[in-house]
Amino acid sequence: MELKGWRDIPIGGMILEAGNAVEYLTGGWRAFRPVHGEAECIHCMQCWLFCPDSSILVDPENEKMAGFDLEHCKGCGICASICPVNAKVIKKAKKAGEELARNDTRLCIRMVEEGKFKE
Amino acid sequence: MATKLTPKELSKRPERLSPGHRLCAGCGATIIVRQILAAIDDPVVIANATGCLEVGTTIYPYTAWRVPWIHNAFENAASTISGVEAAYRSMVKQGKIPEQNVKFLAFAGDGGTYDIGIQALSGAVERGHQFLYVCYDNGAYMNTGIQRSSATPYGAHTTTSPAGKVIPGKQQFRKDLTAIMAAHHIPYVAQAAPSQWRDLMKKTRKAVNCGGPAFMNVLSSCNRGWRHGTNETIEITQLAVDTCYWPLYEVENGEWRLTYKPKKKRPVEEWLKRQGRFRHVFKPENRHMIDKLQAEVDRRWEQLLKLCGEA
Amino acid sequence: MSKFEALAGNEAVATAMRQINPDVMAAYPITPQTSTVQKFADFVSDGLVDTDFVTVESEHSAMSACVGASAAGARVMTATSANGLALMWEIVYIAASNRCPIAMSLVNRALSAPINIHCDHSDVMGIRDSGWIILFSENGQEAYDNIIQAIRIGEHPDVLLPVAVCQDGFITSHSLERVEIFDDADVKAFVGEYKPQWPLLDLEHPKTYGPLDFYDYYYEHKRQQVEAMEHAHRVVLEVADEFNRKFNRNYGLFEPYKLDDAEVGVIVANSAAGTAKVVVDKLRDEGLKVGLLKPRLFRPFPAKELSDALRHLKAVMVMDRSASFGAMDNAGPLFLELVAALALHGVQVPVADYVYGLGGRDILPREIEQVYHDALKVAETGQVERMVTYLSVRE
Repeated sequence: MELKGWRDIPIGGMILEAGNAVEYLTGGWRAFRPVHGEAECIHCMQCWLFCPDSSILVDPENEKMAGFDLEHCKGCGICASICPVNAKVIKKAKKAGEELARNDTRLCIRMVEEGKFKE
Repeated sequence: MATKLTPKELSKRPERLSPGHRLCAGCGATIIVRQILAAIDDPVVIANATGCLEVGTTIYPYTAWRVPWIHNAFENAASTISGVEAAYRSMVKQGKIPEQNVKFLAFAGDGGTYDIGIQALSGAVERGHQFLYVCYDNGAYMNTGIQRSSATPYGAHTTTSPAGKVIPGKQQFRKDLTAIMAAHHIPYVAQAAPSQWRDLMKKTRKAVNCGGPAFMNVLSSCNRGWRHGTNETIEITQLAVDTCYWPLYEVENGEWRLTYKPKKKRPVEEWLKRQGRFRHVFKPENRHMIDKLQAEVDRRWEQLLKLCGEA
Repeated sequence: MSKFEALAGNEAVATAMRQINPDVMAAYPITPQTSTVQKFADFVSDGLVDTDFVTVESEHSAMSACVGASAAGARVMTATSANGLALMWEIVYIAASNRCPIAMSLVNRALSAPINIHCDHSDVMGIRDSGWIILFSENGQEAYDNIIQAIRIGEHPDVLLPVAVCQDGFITSHSLERVEIFDDADVKAFVGEYKPQWPLLDLEHPKTYGPLDFYDYYYEHKRQQVEAMEHAHRVVLEVADEFNRKFNRNYGLFEPYKLDDAEVGVIVANSAAGTAKVVVDKLRDEGLKVGLLKPRLFRPFPAKELSDALRHLKAVMVMDRSASFGAMDNAGPLFLELVAALALHGVQVPVADYVYGLGGRDILPREIEQVYHDALKVAETGQVERMVTYLSVRE
């Protein structure tokens, strides 16, 4: 954002455009990215409930979880850790003696590594 | 009709905290704010004390708040919102503005609540302003670099109570602020945690509709200060609840009620071992500290059970 | 139609507050302001005002609540003194930076320690850099008139700054005086309705107050406050003009008293100016050409106008009711600012400072007479013997 002069900004430090922080893209913070896996999402919206960054997209008309706001998602991984479908998949695999990695494709929400730093 | 307390219904309502704020990945505070605001259908006006939440959401020229919001200083969220609420009451009474069932909220961390902000909070609730004060308690002055507060748990390493060669972390038990607020005999006081979101939201609704001052103390995990993974926030918050370090209860018109009883009370050690700030208490020479903390957690828990008629 | 009432300075101000009928008052008692809030509380309890009186638990909370209420869109007033002002100092700056037009009665009292409840100007001097507009008042009448004008000055869209109206603690705040009280309707018409431009309570247009500024924007926000101060200079005179036309009493940036044809002048603010006027009259009767300049507007500091008013004099003695410890020669702040103003406006008059009245130490006519005699001597010799004198301190 271009820096403005004192005449061109509201007085008193007031910010008049509510919620303009959307223009600040925190997606670049990510080391890991949430991705939908194979397990079928039940649209329980728990991920929406626990996302610190309001970055779970919702389709209100169809009552569905509609993806991730990757412009802002910081990749904290809370959605993946509380996802009940993930929990089910992980439990099933554990019974079969397998420890699932965070990026396992069988999960409902998996965390994949963001693009590696290029040498 | 209030929005049904189901994630599906709640997720249809407009998001009042925008993305693009600069709090840490996995921060408990913004989860709490989102849940609290989702529970309230009415318009809100917020006063926010200095701290992570305030700083991270309003770095000029950006604001993540889609509702009227004011930050004044560190210790005065309660007195600031007192002024806003008084202005509203006065102007509605004089017919200068319409009555709009506005809910007045104050958000502050444990720094701005337990310590520097306690006077303003105590004064505001004594005066009977109709507002809900939410303390997001992450157990230290996190924004300025993890310094100890009176909410910091016994034994925790903070930068002003470091685990050093001679003194192994904070040597005092934390203040029981929720009990202090209950002693103000205000209509509604509660302790909550975002890991139990429905309990938190029910409490929020009771609080904003109690017709007087209300206080909610909400445990806010801080992965930076507590030293755990960014994705463990909810799990570790729930461990604090299940170890009874952070019991969930409410005091409604003087009646104490436990709103969550862990199926199995876990030893506090299980919570401590997940956090880097307690690493030093697992050294053999410090293990007695775990016992000391456990004894105090148990003592306060028993006391609470008695108060809630659960003993 | 106005009427004359026997009122102490605080009661006169409280009466003005009743007539202004602010939406919110948040205040904490402190001597010698207490009778203001007590009298106002009577008005509240008797249903004579619509004001929501927030009986806060400290001065810090008082100014905090004032900021919240003002940002919400309400007309807000308060009052304090000395250590109360000191306690709210953090928020005093915030009130100005957030552009909250709060009107405050500041009953001047000495700052501790040792604790002293009597008059001096150390309290107001502590906020002179805060961005508040500051007015001095010689007596209860002026305090009454000033606080009414303060509403219009602060709320002016080109200004939007908080205003402090000073009067001397105990000396005028508690002394009965014959005060002309205007008609309720006339005062109400003069102050008009407050039309906040960016109220928090405008739910349709949510806004954020008090963000975090980094080094990229803080400076610009401060520059805006400077601009407001420049406008305030003009607005104070505009409001005084309107006040004069309506209420027939003329106020300016300061009051010159027998100054036009004077050879020497004394600068003194608040109640001691009243005493000094008596001294001027006496000395004039003796044929001495002495005069007085009584500052009214202290912030913004009317440097040019003051310099022009003093240009013709042969000596200027400033009387300061506070000291700035460690400043040049431990002089008082009024002196320091005036000297700078005179120097920069090419006024080459010998100047000296008399610190007086600290902690309520009485200032007697004969002591002020001595100041004038000193001035006349300086006018004769062109030499200032001592830059700063601490009047009537026991050696």
